[in-house]
Amino acid sequence: MSEYNPKIIGFLCNWCSYAGADLAGVSRFQYPPNIRVIRVMCSGRVHPSFILKAFKNGVDGVLIAGCHTPNDCHYISGNFKAERRVAVLKNLLTQLGLEPERLRLEWISAAEGEKFSKTVKEMTEDIRKLGPSPMKQEANE
Amino acid sequence: MKIAEILFWPVAMDVKYKEVEAMPDNYIDVCFFNGAIRNSEQKHLAELLRNKSKTLIAFGACAQLGGVPGLANESNAQEIFKTVYHNSPSTKNLTGSEPTQVVELAEGEVELPIFFDEVKPLDKIVAVDYYLPGCPPPPKIIFNAVEAIASGTLPPKGSILAPETAVCDECPRKKEEKRITEIKRIIEFTPVPEKCLLEQGIICMGPATRGGCDAKCLQANMPCTGCGGPRPNAEEQGAAMISALSTVLGIEDEKADNYSANELASQIKDPLGTFYKYALPSAIINKRYKK
Ligand code: SF4
Ligand code: SF4
Ligand code: FES
Repeated sequence: MSEYNPKIIGFLCNWCSYAGADLAGVSRFQYPPNIRVIRVMCSGRVHPSFILKAFKNGVDGVLIAGCHTPNDCHYISGNFKAERRVAVLKNLLTQLGLEPERLRLEWISAAEGEKFSKTVKEMTEDIRKLGPSPMKQEANE
Repeated sequence: MKIAEILFWPVAMDVKYKEVEAMPDNYIDVCFFNGAIRNSEQKHLAELLRNKSKTLIAFGACAQLGGVPGLANESNAQEIFKTVYHNSPSTKNLTGSEPTQVVELAEGEVELPIFFDEVKPLDKIVAVDYYLPGCPPPPKIIFNAVEAIASGTLPPKGSILAPETAVCDECPRKKEEKRITEIKRIIEFTPVPEKCLLEQGIICMGPATRGGCDAKCLQANMPCTGCGGPRPNAEEQGAAMISALSTVLGIEDEKADNYSANELASQIKDPLGTFYKYALPSAIINKRYKK
């Protein structure tokens, strides 16, 4: 069998992390093609149901990336809200049989193209070690 | 005034399944179906009553959402049998036996229903026309439903027969500003009687839960545990509550040196049992997955 290729959904905030991902592209920093990016206005826009649905539909990992705390979020505290949601969701996902490492939160500024590429590389490797999500099979049926 | 004849009511009347099976299809005008589907007998009854009824109403949290028994979706049939027949402290099962599907006795063959791996709400088995929430459903909304049926004024199919409000909207407690620094349990202190419990640090499912009960639990000094199911326009109850809680918890201290989102989250001891007490089988992720 060929190497297992995890599928990762990335919710990136418009003002920092999406620009950071753009910079990674423009600067030609390499990163694996495993991530599918969805641009959102703020990391605080990512409702917990988005994350649960992504996993239910069989993705192997979810990345939420936003502006650095404490002062960079363009909506003042959306990133703090995202951080608390992710913290609670990690505990919930563990109870539902999913490794919490499949959900990751990072602060990536518009200047951190390299950090974006490094995050995606790391996350792809970490999830490759975990193997496919236990929900994947059912989602594909 | 007589508006209906009761044809089948297992807890109060002795009517056999056979008699229901003998009815023509659509013979029953309205069926209030209570209970979730966990075994083959319940599934058979759901399918049977669907065929025999013009209108099928999922009655109560179990039929609507899976209910408290739905928390068993944290395990599967094998694990449950292992605990119940082998490992529970009060069990002494010397022969290591488990229930068998079919048993031969002198009087004949006895058959047990098949115990499924998962608890399911009624609408995952058959088409459901209406939902009547609550554990148990409040008398007022039952009465409203019966009246709507009698007068032919039921809303469009698929509706939930309860108000389009959240429990908070019906709650008599004083709401000021929802900012909490820590989560507390109701046994740890005596809350101020007139004040919103969530504002006092108690997890109250009111913001994520549909009203219709007049906030009964809050009137009895207990937090809402969510029996009304997801509030209107919420995709699911747990996600709605996680979102609501993340908006109010710890916001005073965000910029403090010792602030930690993980520490705050760890104060919620059992997120699954707290946020999905009645609704796990109908949640987006509806059970625990195994590797
Ligand atoms: S959170 Fe609970 S106590 Fe507060 S207003 Fe809502 S229902 Fe009432
Ligand atoms: S307050 Fe909550 S738990 Fe209590 S009856 Fe109403 S919906 Fe159910
Ligand atoms: S705008 Fe970037 S996290 Fe809020």
